[in-house]
Amino acid sequence: MGVLAETWAWLTDGAHWSGAGGVWQRLGEHLVLTGLCLAVACAVALPLALWLGHIGRGGALAVNLSNAGRAVPTFAVLVLLTLTPLSEYGMLPTVIALVLFAVPPLLTNAYVGMREADRDVVEAARGMGMSAGQLLWRTELPLAYPFIMTGLRSAAVQIVATATLAALPGGGGLGRLITAGFRLYDTAQVVAGAVLVASLALAVEGLLVLLDRVCDPMRGRTRAARAASPSAPPLKAAL
Amino acid sequence: MTSGAAEPADCVAANEWICAEYVRTRGPELAEATVQHVWITVTSVGIALLVAFPLALAARRWRAAAGPVLGLTTVLYTIPSLAMFALLLPVLGLSAAVVVTGLVLYSLTLLVRNILAGLAGVPGEAREAARGMGYGPARLLFGVELPLALPGILAGVRIATVSAVSLTTVGAIVGYGGLGNLIYSGMNSLFKPEVLTASALCVVLAVGFDVALLALQRLLTPWTPGRPRRPGGLRARLRGRARLGKAA
Repeated sequence: MGVLAETWAWLTDGAHWSGAGGVWQRLGEHLVLTGLCLAVACAVALPLALWLGHIGRGGALAVNLSNAGRAVPTFAVLVLLTLTPLSEYGMLPTVIALVLFAVPPLLTNAYVGMREADRDVVEAARGMGMSAGQLLWRTELPLAYPFIMTGLRSAAVQIVATATLAALPGGGGLGRLITAGFRLYDTAQVVAGAVLVASLALAVEGLLVLLDRVCDPMRGRTRAARAASPSAPPLKAAL
Repeated sequence: MTSGAAEPADCVAANEWICAEYVRTRGPELAEATVQHVWITVTSVGIALLVAFPLALAARRWRAAAGPVLGLTTVLYTIPSLAMFALLLPVLGLSAAVVVTGLVLYSLTLLVRNILAGLAGVPGEAREAARGMGYGPARLLFGVELPLALPGILAGVRIATVSAVSLTTVGAIVGYGGLGNLIYSGMNSLFKPEVLTASALCVVLAVGFDVALLALQRLLTPWTPGRPRRPGGLRARLRGRARLGKAA
């Protein structure tokens, strides 16, 4: 397999890693972009979802948002935004596109988590005299936690993937290695870039699974209750 | 810039987002891209369905197979589309097979999960009744279980198809992206009407497929109510949609 050997040679060549346009720089861009956009998306989506879930409204919004997020091609949105005057502000079009596609999974999952929180438990907490704030922080949030983390995980993976595509209209990030490889007809570089991107996506997913376990407010408590919650992607069919 | 309705061709020269003249003069190009988009999507989901059935049945029959099948498809699903196509490139060369194979791998995750969930949702009484009537395993599967699991399976097909329409655009990197090819060339030449028209057609295609598959589901399962309205129906639907679905 010539390609495998060439890819290995490309990846083990220190010159490809350092300097301007090297792997380290692209990886840094990718991580900064991912972190920034995930933070912005969380700041936008989570308060809104928690509030809507708390008052029990906006279910249609949650469904339609995740449907729209699936039907609209990310590549199209990235290119459309780069062609607007927004492109004068550097990375802004990319950031907007990444946030737009990270909001639906975050919002939908957090909303569902709030609504799925056992109503009997919430009512009991209310009956114990908890204030609205206590109800939210001490009852609904811990119960909604697995859903919120699932949303965070899909949003993060989504951002890593979209940030890769951002290289097509000229953004930074690891996707640049792939697009540059295509331009140079350098198959080894294309495959090396793809290996790095795939590894990053899997690492982010793995890291968030770990974070999920460590931060779990129900850690070590009632296994039976946890078994019913979708830490893993839910198997339930969408009708 | 436009001097009224008398000079409609101006909007191409003026590079305006919405331009009827562009649609009129580039009709054949748009039609060709749409046709490519449709056949790539349909072929991918079709092949994925053919592969997903035996996989799901194996995962259901042998518990030991379920873990690896679900785990592997989830890992494949996490890989970004651009990287997936790039990884398939040296194996399959610059061809439509790269895009189709990538989309098959993505659709597999959704379909295997939905087929398993659909089959798991078949009431035990229905199964027992069929066995009591002397149904063999094959007749039980095709005559009772699959028809009852059909709404869940078709819901998976709908999500997979809509995602595939969106992801096909990325195939432009290897020259087989359907409408994505037009978005790509419009991006390089900064030609706004081409990008907007192709993007809008993508969304129309996705919605069209979704509506058509919903109609097919109603036609094939006339016994199910038009809209699921059981207690927690909305929540159940939301939960199913929450994590699944891939956009990039």
